[in-house]
Amino acid sequence: MKFRVERDVLTEAVSWTARSLSPRPPVPVLSGLLLKAENGTLSLASFDYEISARLEIPAEVAEEGTILVSGRLLADICRSLPSAPVDISTDGAKVTVSCRNSRFNLATMPVSDYPELPALPDVSGTVSGDAFAQAVSQVIIASSKDDTLPILTGVKMEIEDDLITLLATDRYRLALREVHWKPSTPGISTSALVKAKTLNEVAKTLGGGGELKIALSNNSELIGFESGGRRTTSLLVDGDYPKIRSLFPDVTPIHATVETAGLAEAVRRVSLVAERNTPVRMAFTDGQLTLDAGTGEDAQASEAMEAALTGDEITVAFNPHYLSEGLNAFDSKYVRFSFTSAPKPAMMTAQAELDGENQDDYRYLVMPVRLPNQ
Amino acid sequence: MAETGSDAQQGQGEMLTPRRPVVPHADSHILHVDMDAFFVAVELLERPELVGKPVIVGFPEGRSVVLSASYEARKSGVRSAMPMSSAMRMCPRAVVIEPVHRKYYDVSARLMDIFRTVTDLVEPLSVDEAFLDVAGAIRRLGSPAEIGAAIRRQIRAELGITASVGIASTKFVAKIASARCKPDGMLLIPAKDTVAYLHTLPVQALWGVGAKTVDVLAKLGIHTVADVAGTPLPVMKRALGATGEHVHNLSWGIDPRPVTPVREEKSLGAETTFATDTNDEALLRRELLRLAHKTGARLRASGQVARTVALKLKYSDFSTITRSRTLGTPIDSAQLLYAEAVSMLNRLGSRPLSLRLIGLRAEGLELAGEATLQLSLERRADNWRDAEIALDAVDAKFGSSSLVPARLLPKAAPQGEQGKSERPRVPGRQASEGKPDKLPE
Repeated sequence: MKFRVERDVLTEAVSWTARSLSPRPPVPVLSGLLLKAENGTLSLASFDYEISARLEIPAEVAEEGTILVSGRLLADICRSLPSAPVDISTDGAKVTVSCRNSRFNLATMPVSDYPELPALPDVSGTVSGDAFAQAVSQVIIASSKDDTLPILTGVKMEIEDDLITLLATDRYRLALREVHWKPSTPGISTSALVKAKTLNEVAKTLGGGGELKIALSNNSELIGFESGGRRTTSLLVDGDYPKIRSLFPDVTPIHATVETAGLAEAVRRVSLVAERNTPVRMAFTDGQLTLDAGTGEDAQASEAMEAALTGDEITVAFNPHYLSEGLNAFDSKYVRFSFTSAPKPAMMTAQAELDGENQDDYRYLVMPVRLPNQ
Repeated sequence: MAETGSDAQQGQGEMLTPRRPVVPHADSHILHVDMDAFFVAVELLERPELVGKPVIVGFPEGRSVVLSASYEARKSGVRSAMPMSSAMRMCPRAVVIEPVHRKYYDVSARLMDIFRTVTDLVEPLSVDEAFLDVAGAIRRLGSPAEIGAAIRRQIRAELGITASVGIASTKFVAKIASARCKPDGMLLIPAKDTVAYLHTLPVQALWGVGAKTVDVLAKLGIHTVADVAGTPLPVMKRALGATGEHVHNLSWGIDPRPVTPVREEKSLGAETTFATDTNDEALLRRELLRLAHKTGARLRASGQVARTVALKLKYSDFSTITRSRTLGTPIDSAQLLYAEAVSMLNRLGSRPLSLRLIGLRAEGLELAGEATLQLSLERRADNWRDAEIALDAVDAKFGSSSLVPARLLPKAAPQGEQGKSERPRVPGRQASEGKPDKLPE
């Protein structure tokens, strides 16, 4: 095998494919990248039994062939090469990577030991990569980081015709985001549970390439994504996701609207004294929101800002981390808090004007902290 | 103003000083009262025929350690915390009595009651020893030595067991004194003689100086308390870090720690030493679940919640590691304690050796009423806790262990390997195995 590729093109392709390699592969061959040169293209593939990644780039192929080399090492080498064409050729069981005056000899692994990559399920529709990436970033903040609850480390994707609903919860907050897409079969109705980490990678590395194809079949244990020649599949998380839509309150007699950026800043400042994520208290009164944190014995902080309140005055306390993550997910000028009562979950939604209507395509529900005297 | 102030002081001094009788050694007002071979002494109340004979309290089988040994057994070299097997080899004549902790707690409670009739400044160190600050009792009950003697008489008369009393001006010297006069003795170290007395002792007599510290100091040629006292403070600090200063202070009899009546519990937990070292994942998890229920019940009983969960593992070579995790929201539910402990165990990965001991502790305790509580969207999270509270109530009414999680049910008589591997697949059989034949009606 022998081919030549521009360093930048190769580096980008290798690092994208290698990023899904497991740092501790279950079998040694899975630490490898499969490089296949034929018909003027180089295809790269990686697989760790859970996630597969494939992509093709144009290459000047002098001699066709397939090799398996350490992905991590190849990625490190490509990154540090000078900006010039890279020649890769096999020499017995070794592979030579040369670029200008640099030469690397790497060991190869037996291609025959490499497992077959799962096939990408049939494409079920396309979505705008940017919109999907934003939706994912807004939802995954609420997914659990605790591996002892595998189901909650996933994001639930519910697909009904032209609407995808993403849902995530870690039991203390819940995020829901709706995003429109173009299904290939009208009236499609399906759902999938995808690891938040995987979805985040997809959003980051495939979201910027225009149209994103989503491949998902009803009986498949896989989901596939494709954009700009990059294809990735991931095993779905096994198990029944809890029915969480009903947790959103039906009736919220209390609404308060606050400027998003100002509040995010204020929460960040006030929570400097909130040690070990002790709560930040928010007291909404007519026209004003007062934030405070800290306890009598230790440091304390408070800050007041403008707020439009409808309904009774209310004081609620939140884990500052949950509050900040929620606020940072909004790019709207204002954020609306909807309350039922203090110990009940509070819902945050976007709002363009201080006294306008809210949009509910993104909803962030957060459970308050019960204060000792409540 | 200054004048009236000094007048008042003077006035007070004139009023009080002459009336106060001259009490010998009133400045040695800290008592350390320690029972002699406590568990053995309590057992001998029921078995007077064994008085004067070598007696050991501990479980005779497995890998238990000596909990208490009579002085006759100690003559053969038997010591507390020594493996039972070694002790029984050293002193084959010894009568071994299995411990019944409830009895010791009962006697202990009566003991603490006796102490509290003397002063409210009682700091229990364990079931059978306590510090008493008797400064406030001197006018009522006499000199510290008289009070010490009275306590010893009262314990002997009311409980039928003997105590040793150390009296000094500081806690740690009082503790040294009680150890030096055992059994059934009393030793008063006058405040003015404290330093001279301390300087006759080996360095391990100082509180907090254990085997490791002894080694470090021995390398520097420091073997006695006098050596420590003669070593410049910076040298001590360099050798021992922050404890260096503390140890140096002790060597000069300086110990400002007061007798603190209620010792705040900073953590609580439980641990299990396995009969044989094990690496059986299922067994370890089951044991953690049991420990979690024990710890959770104690947390709830004391009205506390824990912010930190710690897992302790002791390998077969006695090396010990602990891992802990601080949670966003404090907990008191066994199920959550268990989940944290298991996730720490998983994160440790494969173990280099089999385990001798596994333990679980709840740390960073706060009173439940004063703690903030992160509410959960999931009602089930509270269901577990509610179930455990119900368990607590059942235990309170019918005695402990009447209800346990299914996984902790006692196994039926062990079967062969074949039977074992079939177990999970035969539901009917599993159910019948879960219940021992003799279920209490």
